[in-house]
Amino acid sequence: MRTVVPFWRDNRIVPILVQLFFLVLVILLGGFFYNNLQVGLDKTGMKLGFSFLNQSAGFSIKETSIQYSPADSYGRALLVGFTNTIKVAFWGIILATILGVFVGIGRLSSNWLVRNVAAVYVEIIRNTPLLVQLYIWYFALFMQLPKIQDSIILPGSIHLSNRGLALPWLVSTSGTRIWLAFFLVGIVAGFLIYKKQTEKQLITGIDRYPALWAMGALLLSLLFAWLITMDKPFLLTVPTVDGLRYSGGYRLSPEFATILLGLVVYTGAFIAEIVRAGIQAVSKGQTEAAKALGLGHSLSLRLVILPQALRVIIPSMTSQYLNLAKNSSLAIAVGYPDFFSVSGTTLNQTGRAVEIITLVMVAYLSISLLTSLLMNIFNKRMRLVER
Amino acid sequence: MRKKAYLLVILLLLVTMTLAACGQDSTQEPTQTTTGNQSSRSTLEVVKNRGYVIVGVNSKLPGFGYLEPDGSYSGFDVEFGRALAAAIFNDPNAVEFRPLSAKDRLTAVQTGEVDVLMRNTTWTISRDTSLGLNFAPTTFYDGQGMMVRKDSGINSLEDLDGARIGVQTGTTTELNLTDHMRKLNVDFEPIVFEDLDSVVAAYEAGSIDAWTTDISGLASRQATLADPNAHKVLPEVMSKEPLGPVVREGDDQWYDIVKWTIFATIEAEELGITQGNIDSFMNSDDPVFRRFLGVEGDLGTNLGLSNDFTVNIIKSVGNYGEIFDRYLGPDTVFNLERGLNDLWTNGGLMYAPPFR
Ligand SMILES: N[C@@H](CCC(=O)N[C@@H](CS)C(=O)NCC(=O)O)C(=O)O
Repeated sequence: MRTVVPFWRDNRIVPILVQLFFLVLVILLGGFFYNNLQVGLDKTGMKLGFSFLNQSAGFSIKETSIQYSPADSYGRALLVGFTNTIKVAFWGIILATILGVFVGIGRLSSNWLVRNVAAVYVEIIRNTPLLVQLYIWYFALFMQLPKIQDSIILPGSIHLSNRGLALPWLVSTSGTRIWLAFFLVGIVAGFLIYKKQTEKQLITGIDRYPALWAMGALLLSLLFAWLITMDKPFLLTVPTVDGLRYSGGYRLSPEFATILLGLVVYTGAFIAEIVRAGIQAVSKGQTEAAKALGLGHSLSLRLVILPQALRVIIPSMTSQYLNLAKNSSLAIAVGYPDFFSVSGTTLNQTGRAVEIITLVMVAYLSISLLTSLLMNIFNKRMRLVER
Repeated sequence: MRKKAYLLVILLLLVTMTLAACGQDSTQEPTQTTTGNQSSRSTLEVVKNRGYVIVGVNSKLPGFGYLEPDGSYSGFDVEFGRALAAAIFNDPNAVEFRPLSAKDRLTAVQTGEVDVLMRNTTWTISRDTSLGLNFAPTTFYDGQGMMVRKDSGINSLEDLDGARIGVQTGTTTELNLTDHMRKLNVDFEPIVFEDLDSVVAAYEAGSIDAWTTDISGLASRQATLADPNAHKVLPEVMSKEPLGPVVREGDDQWYDIVKWTIFATIEAEELGITQGNIDSFMNSDDPVFRRFLGVEGDLGTNLGLSNDFTVNIIKSVGNYGEIFDRYLGPDTVFNLERGLNDLWTNGGLMYAPPFR
């Protein structure tokens, strides 16, 4: 006989009910906040809308990766801020990873000094607030450099002052694009030839000089580039002090340098711990086995330990990357015009608090989601390595 | 397993119910806690019930709004907050000061976090019309200036080509700077900080060549630089910056109270009434004095205050000229000229409509 189960004990219905309750909860909360917002806006007589984004911004931003002038729209200004944030996050993630991996390995080093320096770095950096660190980098390091007139000039015409770092840089000529195209072709061709020659070498056992072949392919295509353009691929400009600024070369502002350095050093410490934990998670037997096979320390690290550690490391790394991207919003403290800074100015000029805060949330959310997505793909690929 | 799900449902039900209840509560609560704007309760009522007025001020601008080491506030703007407290409660200390950054101050007024903002805030049409704010009479007529080091060889704005110029976010300054430099065709790099202290620190380190804000702000901060004499303010004035109190739109009575508190200090100066001599005017036969001091008529009660609110103000903080001199005058490090801020009878712009 079938017993009738009351619906609140029915295994098929209960989960649905739970979901429903959550849905109602979320809607209630959302509705409550929305209502609150409407009441508040009505009181002050303000209307929501994004048309202000087309108005002329009127403020200038000098540190830009895309063309911008004060006559451009608020939308454009925000885009400038966004690219600046991406710039910091991109380089920050790369450099912090490199630093973190080295320090993480260093913490397990058999060298007493290396091990302890790494430990001190990690402990100090992890246990102090990032904002304080940014202030220290900015005011106690970059601002203490000499003034521009007394720039420190390092070999290679590198100028260093509290106005920033100026490096010799390349400027494009009429032929740069063609050179670049041929360079790329050369690289691809060289790579293909290299692979082919190595294969043959493996099969036949006769030396086929793969590296030489590849170099030859690259040089040949560059020769073509020169024959076509009859011009240099680029010119080198060297920075010089010109009144209050550097002209020529590439200038790294102290503001950008601070936020980048701050984020790299800060996040690097966390990454180091993740790397260390990841390495330690690989069972000791693996190290011993590698040793037994006659692999040296660095070879066994590269070929045996790290590939296995990566699987533990990557998921935690993702959250560090997300932190780095979000922490970059502290940039305004040291005067770097990132997205948060520009949106603050826009908010101030237009008074559009709700719209701009929404934009800020959407922007950071999309950066985070994109980072997560990429890392998840990477993670999946790493997992396939498992045998 | 089933039992768990069952429990979960009950728990959720409870949470939903309490939340719904909270929701109801909190929709009603603002009527009691937030200040102003409710048609049912006026700002004045809310303030009186609370027992003190909440005033948003600057905490980093000596002479205007400054948080002293002992935790008290001092300055020209701050004093008008005390005047308002005196007008309402006959007690200049019935006030709570909230330090606000340039960026947050207007939001704080909009949301009712403060009853009034008295923090070197420029009256502009867009702030007045599109932000749901109202501006009370200007207490300080100012303009935007630029500070540079004396030994920099910079003598005018044109010399700033290629310069890095520090500016604080959330200010009119930020926009004026670009406008003005575009007009002069001077190419500069703005370095925008959130905190005024950072602007000044970067300037002192020489990483930025100049910094700009209201001339009053420049004077105030110049006095606190390591060597005040090593710096100068360029002669050009880049803009008009009428600074005054701000209230939220929608409560005319409250707006009136703030307005007439300011006017009372100006009128008192014009009438020659000071903190010291006010008692001698109480028996005056002159109807102008009698009305102003609330001996005759009902000017104060029409505002919702006591009839002698002007007396309370003057006795607590003095007239406009006295407030100015106390914080900015010749006896202070700032030694500011009255200039535009003198009475209209002396060629300035300070002018109170008649008290009648
Ligand atoms: N009058 C201008 C500027 C007012 C302003 O905030 N000035 C700055 C620079 S003097 C300031 O007081 N900063 C102090 C702080 O934010 O702590 C405005 O209303 O936008």
